[in-house]
Amino acid sequence: MMTIREYKKTESLEEAYQLNQKKANRIIGGMLWLKMEKINVGTAIDLSGLGLDTIEETEQEFRIGAMVTLRMLEQHPGFHAYTNGAAREAVRHIVGVQFRNLATVGGSVYGRFGFSDVLTLLLAMQTDVELYKGGIVPLAEFVKMPYDRDILVRIIVHKEKAAFCYRSVRPTKTDFPALTCCAARTEDGQYRFAVGARPMPAVLVCPTCAVQDMPAAVQQAVTTGSNIRGSAAYRRHLTGVLVKRCIEQLEQ
Amino acid sequence: MTIQFTLNHKKVSAEISPDTVLYDLVRSLGCASVKCGCETSNCGLCTVFLDDVPVLSCSVLAARADGRCVTTLEGLQQEAAEFGAFIADQGAEQCGFCNPGFIMNALALFRQNPDPGEDEIKEYLAGNLCRCSGYEGQLRGIQNFLAWKKQKEVAQ
Repeated sequence: MMTIREYKKTESLEEAYQLNQKKANRIIGGMLWLKMEKINVGTAIDLSGLGLDTIEETEQEFRIGAMVTLRMLEQHPGFHAYTNGAAREAVRHIVGVQFRNLATVGGSVYGRFGFSDVLTLLLAMQTDVELYKGGIVPLAEFVKMPYDRDILVRIIVHKEKAAFCYRSVRPTKTDFPALTCCAARTEDGQYRFAVGARPMPAVLVCPTCAVQDMPAAVQQAVTTGSNIRGSAAYRRHLTGVLVKRCIEQLEQ
Repeated sequence: MTIQFTLNHKKVSAEISPDTVLYDLVRSLGCASVKCGCETSNCGLCTVFLDDVPVLSCSVLAARADGRCVTTLEGLQQEAAEFGAFIADQGAEQCGFCNPGFIMNALALFRQNPDPGEDEIKEYLAGNLCRCSGYEGQLRGIQNFLAWKKQKEVAQ
């Protein structure tokens, strides 16, 4: 059970950052995962008054605020068109509409959760993370960084001439995935694959072999593990299957 | 701390703890339709509208409702009555425990998409768990309700 001693709706990022330097304090996003922890929070730091709940689209990029909900991401027409529906496919299986109206993109990315569909989706794109003090960091680097007391402000997805495809396997509908895969095919036929729910956080693989050899190459490059949703061997097999399915769609 | 918000179209002021969740607050203010099923953000039983958007009240801090509009089934009596009565008449429910959350989310669906297909209904209501109906009765009930409503509109 989570308890909170104080609640503060911050008026600036600096105020939120200063509060967040105390170990007992926590930034709250959608609060869906945090509330599952047995934790005594000193001050719950709420960023919801800082205007970080918008998706801005320019000719070069999408700027997704940390407090944008998964439902907003799912329904944004520009992002939907850019990702060929991959964004919607990535989040539509996550629990239900009411849940996705609360869960935030910032919380999903900052948590670097092993089960995260959002992390897998964004990792396959040219994505940067904007940190309040740490500046702009490529998402692939951010995934490997240790947790610190900085604040994730927004996600920046740089537009490129590419097509995307997202696939996942779940033991039951609305459950956590057993494996996730997002593929990007660039204009010159190069592929990138993000594989998540291994069950460790998603990793990015950029194979340079022939297309027909890519499922095996990605399988080889990705380390999988076991948990209640599947064994390491099952996940290794699924990696090849999902990569193949993504390629089949993107080659059409 | 004190918050002020609109509950079912009425201005309300409430004294809360920083960790009070919206579910506990609306129950304490007399909205008994909002129930707590799983408390793990999965079952949809505690669904309320926050600024007209369906959310899980077991997972929202009451403090976040400050200055906003909260609507429970009690505040949707007219809108819910027609659908609720139709569903009951269809035998689309069994024990009825999940009904408040189910009706709230179904109404949110109808507001957003007045003519949803089968897959759209299934997807939108995936976050409302029912342990006895198997969902088929609910799906059939919704489809029949929408067909009946269409007929009624054409007749008018």
